[in-house]
Amino acid sequence: MSVEHHEPEVSRLLAPLEAADPLTLERLHNSLAVCAEQSHALDIAYRTIDSPLGTLLLAASQRGVLRVAFSREGHDAVLQHLADHISPRILLAPARLDTAARELDEYFNQRRKAFDVPLDFSLSKGFRLNVLEHLPAIPYGRTESYTKVAEAAGNPRAVRAVGTACATNPLPLLLPCHRVVRSDGTYGGYLGGTEAKRFLLSLEGAA
Amino acid sequence: METKQPFEHVVREHGPVVLRVCRAVLGVDEAEDAWSETFIAALKAYPELPPGANIEAWLVTIAHRKSLDLIRARNRRPSVVEELPARASVLGIPGDGQSDVLDAVGQLPPKQRQVIAYHYLAGLPYKDIALLLGGTADAARRAGADGIRNLRAVLAVVPEAVVKGETP
Repeated sequence: MSVEHHEPEVSRLLAPLEAADPLTLERLHNSLAVCAEQSHALDIAYRTIDSPLGTLLLAASQRGVLRVAFSREGHDAVLQHLADHISPRILLAPARLDTAARELDEYFNQRRKAFDVPLDFSLSKGFRLNVLEHLPAIPYGRTESYTKVAEAAGNPRAVRAVGTACATNPLPLLLPCHRVVRSDGTYGGYLGGTEAKRFLLSLEGAA
Repeated sequence: METKQPFEHVVREHGPVVLRVCRAVLGVDEAEDAWSETFIAALKAYPELPPGANIEAWLVTIAHRKSLDLIRARNRRPSVVEELPARASVLGIPGDGQSDVLDAVGQLPPKQRQVIAYHYLAGLPYKDIALLLGGTADAARRAGADGIRNLRAVLAVVPEAVVKGETP
């Protein structure tokens, strides 16, 4: 907000109060995040982590991890989508995502094959939700065709819908949609890009 | 659907102004408590804030109420001996000057501090300040003018025209 001082002298007088104090503000922000968590006022906590696939955004509700996003999705856009569809009570509050961050780090270092953090499926419903719930059943290092996933999700004819469900998976990596490939053995699309899918399958020794 | 930005953006965008306002109204020590209580209350109420509302004015209103709570709590506690105010300097503002200006603001009557914080630091119009403090917009304007005049006297700030006149 621009402040119009009728007298420039008043601006000069108060100028020292305008001095930004980034360290104090950072400290206040962090204690706000802790206090918000303790008083259950924080609907969505988020943080970012570095990974071989670039910076990942992790967001969790009080129930569990809600969203994992690649940087190509635009993290600001992802947070705005969460504000619009879940709640605008969103803060950068890393603590809630410590376990998820550690498990992902172990996964990328080939020290973990399955995730056990609680998940929140609020962003998915209907057949897409059936598909997502089936994904953890595909073992580490293995792949399954879109057709087989459609059968497992209860609608063998909905192969295309399986493709859409995987392409819009709000929880990539944690729900391994990268293990779903075309019947002809080619990769098929991936939210993080085909390169990322190739990387993950070779990390798991499946490619 | 009207969109509402994630609260994180609200904190980043308006946190600095709210801190300045709290410092001017309460002083450095209590300002951080007021800031924290303002933002936790704002976080809780945020979903109910009408889309398109003036977020900064809303935050200043909350900060005002939280500051009053802290002042009331302070007045209920046994009084402590406060530090003597810094002496006015005829050389203008040394260093970053922030502590000098804060000391000077701290010597003003509460209403003058509030008007300076809400109008000059947060940009609230006098009519909105009158709603917060009671009284009329004119009264708020006068309190602001008195406050600035008092500040000038304490800080001994020489108007620019005079400084220029003195320079050979």
